[in-house]
Amino acid sequence: MKAKLLLLAVLWLAAPWAQAGEAAPAVADPVLEKRVMALAHELRCLVCQNQTIADSNADLAVDLRNEVREMMRRGSSDREIVDYMTARYGDFVLYRPPVKAATLVLWFGPLLLLVLGLWWLVMRLRERNAEPPAPLTDEERRRAAALLADTEGSAR
Amino acid sequence: MGEQVIQRQRSALRFAVPLGLFFALVILLGVGLTLNPREVPSPLINKPAPPFELPQLHEPDRTFSPQQMLGKVWMFNVWASWCVSCREEHPVLVDLARRNVVPIYGLDYKDQRADGLRWLQQFGNPYVLSAFDASGRVGIDYGVYGVPETYVIDKRGVIRYKHIGVLTPKIVSEKIVPLVKELDRES
Repeated sequence: MKAKLLLLAVLWLAAPWAQAGEAAPAVADPVLEKRVMALAHELRCLVCQNQTIADSNADLAVDLRNEVREMMRRGSSDREIVDYMTARYGDFVLYRPPVKAATLVLWFGPLLLLVLGLWWLVMRLRERNAEPPAPLTDEERRRAAALLADTEGSAR
Repeated sequence: MGEQVIQRQRSALRFAVPLGLFFALVILLGVGLTLNPREVPSPLINKPAPPFELPQLHEPDRTFSPQQMLGKVWMFNVWASWCVSCREEHPVLVDLARRNVVPIYGLDYKDQRADGLRWLQQFGNPYVLSAFDASGRVGIDYGVYGVPETYVIDKRGVIRYKHIGVLTPKIVSEKIVPLVKELDRES
């Protein structure tokens, strides 16, 4: 009886360790894990295309994270891992597309539009300031004179 | 009088330019909306098929490797018993296999062996054989992200075509069959 109680007590006390053991792989190496997650934030999950593989829990995202972790354990540099991914999934896997001929419009298009818009605005404003106001017609002159006479009359 | 004409032209331009820009934008967005974001161009086209060696689905003691296929044009189809779209695609593959156009090899991707076997028994087996990729490692090498995916590989072991998603009779008759015939003529 006493032995059984002791066994129960030991098992009960050991329970937290048993659970902690299960979660261990994820935090075994916090430095590595940090590097894995940093790179995972740069890689697109191809199943759920607006998420990175760090944010997504899709099967493929988990697999790719494991792949990144494995490669880092084997000593691959971030550059090598990114090359590995683009060789299989193309540039699309990169959350930040690389600057190259095909992506120039993507990178610099908005800036170009802004510059064009500013240029147009400046030209318009200059033009408007340079234009002398149209001269009044005789009719307008007469009305203006009448109004002026009227206000001057009422002010006195 | 000349000035009036210019004035009128200018005010017409005032409407025409924004309207033109608006339509250009509509066309641009319209094209963007009709594109399929799932169709990511594969960097593997015209590259050698990544090598691997995997156990076969039906005979676990025997392996399959793409190197065994050198000298033949073949089709490589990634499938899984858990994949709903694969079921939709399946009759197309069965039909293609019956016509003996091109040997179809399968990759049973991230599946349970028993499930995969039962699936083929239930729906028919269009594959010469299927390789069994339990971990999905080979899938990663082939850039698989949405099952089903299909590759056409030429005699030199180079990937010549990749289709992501369900194969339709139209894709088979318009793309795959002509391509296979063309590749068969290559030495």
